[in-house]
Amino acid sequence: MVRNILDVVDLSVEEINDLIKLACDIINDPKAYSEKCRGKKLATLFFEPSTRTRLSFEAAMYELGGNVLGFSEAQSSSASKGESVADTARVVSCYADIIAMRHPKEGAPRVAADNASIPVINAGDGGHNHPTQTLTDLLTIYREKGRLNDFTIGFCGDLKFGRTVHSLINALSRYTGIKIVLISPEELKLPSYVKKDVLMAKGIPYVQTTDLESVMPELDILYMTRVQKERFFNEEDYLRLKDSYILNMKKLENAKKDLCILHPLPRVNEISKEIDNDPRACYFKQVLNGKYIRMALMLTLLEEAAR
Amino acid sequence: MKIDSIQNGIVIDHISAGRAMDLYELLGLKNVDCSVAMLMNVTSSKMGKKDIIKLDADIPVDLDAIGYVDPGATVNYIKNGVLDHKQSIRMPKMLKNVIKCKNPRCITTVEQELDQVFKLTDEEHKVYRCLYCETQAENK
Repeated sequence: MVRNILDVVDLSVEEINDLIKLACDIINDPKAYSEKCRGKKLATLFFEPSTRTRLSFEAAMYELGGNVLGFSEAQSSSASKGESVADTARVVSCYADIIAMRHPKEGAPRVAADNASIPVINAGDGGHNHPTQTLTDLLTIYREKGRLNDFTIGFCGDLKFGRTVHSLINALSRYTGIKIVLISPEELKLPSYVKKDVLMAKGIPYVQTTDLESVMPELDILYMTRVQKERFFNEEDYLRLKDSYILNMKKLENAKKDLCILHPLPRVNEISKEIDNDPRACYFKQVLNGKYIRMALMLTLLEEAAR
Repeated sequence: MKIDSIQNGIVIDHISAGRAMDLYELLGLKNVDCSVAMLMNVTSSKMGKKDIIKLDADIPVDLDAIGYVDPGATVNYIKNGVLDHKQSIRMPKMLKNVIKCKNPRCITTVEQELDQVFKLTDEEHKVYRCLYCETQAENK
């Protein structure tokens, strides 16, 4: 059965837990998985550049023993000749076994999934969804905290356009004992529909503040985000807000000793480099976890497709 | 005010007062060949005030579009001057090519051949979201 992952909520909590368990197994014994995808091909269809996500998918497939083909920007694909996403998906289905697709337009991976005959993984569609980032975040939290429940997590920075924030909040809302602290300037607050449809609908306790330092002692996890230039229509707004929150050692003075600092990367200046060597900085471990969870996801989808 | 009854055609009745213009636009009635009569703010024993649209021919009408604008409306098919049958209307679970996604970042803005599909995600509050980008449609 061909299955697509377009949104993290396409996966049940049990399926996410199974993926995390599989990723941990891969981490513990990578050799046992090094031939699992021998003869399989991943197509990375990146209609906009995203070096990290693409390399993560490609490294994941190579470590499973498979191969990779694809393109890294629309200009080097048939899209530049006007080919539709639907046709590209049909054509690539003849060459590959699984697709990882990034596209600047929201919903493009759904169009691909509707037309492909092989599994499609959304590797990010505009400001909409990026499920493998959320799975990466969940795996990192699990590995750092040993659980996916009973903690207080602060989201800081751009909570309005930050799709990773919306998606992680949505995913965590299915676990118990989660408290959420939303830290952002007024202009970049979490959209009211996320508060209404997720936090309020599921009774998740949350507070909103503009002051990071005042809430720092409460946090078990701090999820920092970048104010993304590409999400703004107006450059003036971007320039005004881009330096809203910069995390440095002084701001961490009152933080818990076992705080876990996450960031989906790339970082610009919102986390001072002096923090990189602090044991609480987990954002580079997150990158590594991203490869393992993508290995687990591709392996699972390919096994399901073969059944 | 009196509008002559029709011999063969369609009467869309029990439209909430003030909504007939929305339906007129969504059903594309400005492009049809037959006569179209719109009655607005008609006194109704059941509704207080209502709108009615009469079409002087049995042309295909998009029942989903009617259900989207006003699920309380009824569609009456008239043959030889008498009521032939009545069609009750429901809020459709999916809307296809009735409304357009307004999100400039949606894939439907660049791939024009794609159907414009909206899914009913909250019946109580009548929330429709684009199937592709999940942007909420503005309520009609």
